[in-house]
Formats: sequence, C-alpha cells, structure tokens
Amino acid sequence: MSILDLFKRRTSAPVARERLQLLLAYERQSRGQPDLVSVLREEIMAVIARHVQIDQDYLQVSMERGATMSTLEIDIQIPNKSAQPLAMAG
Amino acid sequence: MGKVVVVTSGKGGVGKTTSTAALGAAVAKTGKKVALVDFDVGLRNLDLIMGAERRVVFDLVNVIQGTAKLSQALIRDKRLETLYLLPASQTRDKDALTEEGVAEVIARLRSVFDYVFCDSPAGIERGAQLAMRFADEAVIVTNPEVSSVRDSDRIIGLLDARTIKAEQGELVQKHVLVTRYDAARAARGEMLSIDDVLEILSTPLLGIIPESQDVLRASNLGAPVTLSEPLNSAAKAYLEAARRLEGEDLPVVVPFERKGFLDRLLGRRAA
Repeated sequence: MSILDLFKRRTSAPVARERLQLLLAYERQSRGQPDLVSVLREEIMAVIARHVQIDQDYLQVSMERGATMSTLEIDIQIPNKSAQPLAMAG
Repeated sequence: MGKVVVVTSGKGGVGKTTSTAALGAAVAKTGKKVALVDFDVGLRNLDLIMGAERRVVFDLVNVIQGTAKLSQALIRDKRLETLYLLPASQTRDKDALTEEGVAEVIARLRSVFDYVFCDSPAGIERGAQLAMRFADEAVIVTNPEVSSVRDSDRIIGLLDARTIKAEQGELVQKHVLVTRYDAARAARGEMLSIDDVLEILSTPLLGIIPESQDVLRASNLGAPVTLSEPLNSAAKAYLEAARRLEGEDLPVVVPFERKGFLDRLLGRRAA
C-alpha cells in the first residue's frame, strides 16, 4: 500500500454500474415470464409425486445467479420407510 | 388534440410531483394550456406543491364517479392563467379509479388542453399503471442511485407493455429526467454518472436537475420552482427540459464541479 492510497478513496460508482448491469440483464430477460424457480419447483414435484409420495416441504429449489453462469440447486428429501419415521435419506 | 405526458418513476421520493409541477408550469409559461392531474389517490400532494391545497373542493374521483363536473374540479393557478390542476382524492383509495373513468377524463382534458401531465403514484401497481395508461410520452424521473435506476428500468418495461400505445403497436416516447444530481459527488466517483444511467436505461435524456436547496424552498412556499425562482440552477434545468419536451433540440450540459488540487488529493467535497 503506497502512502497515496491513504488519501485516495475507492470510488463506488463503478461497482454500482456493474451490479446494475448484471441485475437488469437478468430482470429484463425474465420480465413477463412466470417465476422460473417456482415453475421448476411445481414440475419437479409433479414428476416425483408419480413415483414417491413426498411432502411439499421436502423439496427445495433455489437458484444462484453468477456473472457467467447460474447454479440451480434441487434438494429433495425422500422419507425412508424402513428407517425411523423421522430419519430421512438425502 | 393535446399531448398526454406521464411523470413516473417506480420508486417513491425521487421527485415526480416536484418535477410535474416544475415542468407543467414551465410549459404553461410559454402560453400553452396545461393541466396537471394528480393520480396519487389517497396520498395527494400535487395540490400542496402547487400551493392550491386550500382551494380543493372536488377531485378526480368525484369527476369519475359523476358527483362533480370536470370544470368544477379543475383549479386554475393564481399565477398563470394557462395552468390548471386536477387534484386527487385524499379520502378515497386507489380502487376508486376505473379505467373507463380515467379514459373519459383524459379524453376530455386532451380536447381542451395542449398538455396533460399525469403525476403518477410510486410503485408499479394499479394506480401507476392507470396514470401511464393513456400517455403519449413519459418522463421517467430517476436519481443517480442503484435502486432508483432499477425501478426506472422496470417502469420502462411497463410503458412498453401496458399502455394503450404499446397495445396498439406504437411506442410511448420516453425521456429520462435525472434529478438530485450532485456534480461534486459524481466527480468523485461516488454517484452513478449521467453516462452510466443513460447507458443502463438506454433512453434519451430530457434533463439533469442539480440537487438544490431552492427546490425545497419552492415546496415550502407552494410554488413550482420554475415560477418562484426561475434563475436558480434547478429551475433553469427544468425550463430547458420543458423546451426539450416541446421538441426543441437543446443540448444537455452536465453540471460540472470545479475542484482544487487539495480537494482532488483528499477527495474532499468542494464548497
């Protein structure tokens, strides 16, 4: 760190601009469409329900947006009949 | 046929009402007949900013529901005889407005006035959508700050989708009006620059209103700043914005803050 840095404040406007550009690119794309995560959640739930009976609460769908790619995380807990009633399999 | 201009923003507190009053008065000053319509039913404020709060007898909801004539509800400005105000109701809620009712009032105003300015409530709900519904042009009031720019983007999306013009395959002509611009902070890189805002919203600029104590003073006095202090920097910026709104090709000058060497080195605010 040079002595000059003591006097210089990091500017925040460029950060604001980048955050906005990223966010708005996503928001414009999804505008007018139903919320993707809840649509996915409902359809996944329907597929699973054909084979296994699970409670709504045991299905979790979340989406994390990144600059170059997004991660979709699906966490389904299926109750294990042979085990104790409260024990779940991942 | 007059022009209908909605003044909108999505976010609250960015200066919609102040800008409606200032732009409306600026246009009326040129001799054009101007009506200002407050769409913020339940939270009206345009009457206060215009200094007409004690003259309100009937309002927009009364006209829509047929309990008053349009001519009874319109309040003529005491300073400019070409400037009129149609106040919102303070006691009703926004559901008192119907699309058919608003359509009729706007159509009648359009036939009498050169300009009809619709002061939108904040938000993107019914009230805001009714205020923009019949607009030919839109002034999107934006502060150079992330949440305001995001909300403006959202409002631009609505203007392109939910207005009569959009549904007929035409476009509402959109203009960004940047308010509360602080040249010193922008120079220090603490505030989104005008270029940033315009690039992100990709909408033409109507004007830049500098942050000014005189705007607050004008509100305190109940007078549009373009009438009470026309020589003030914010008032001048509004007067120029109004000329651009009327189609004049007038370049926008970004307010500039002169800074000394020490200010630069220390990132200090110039006085």
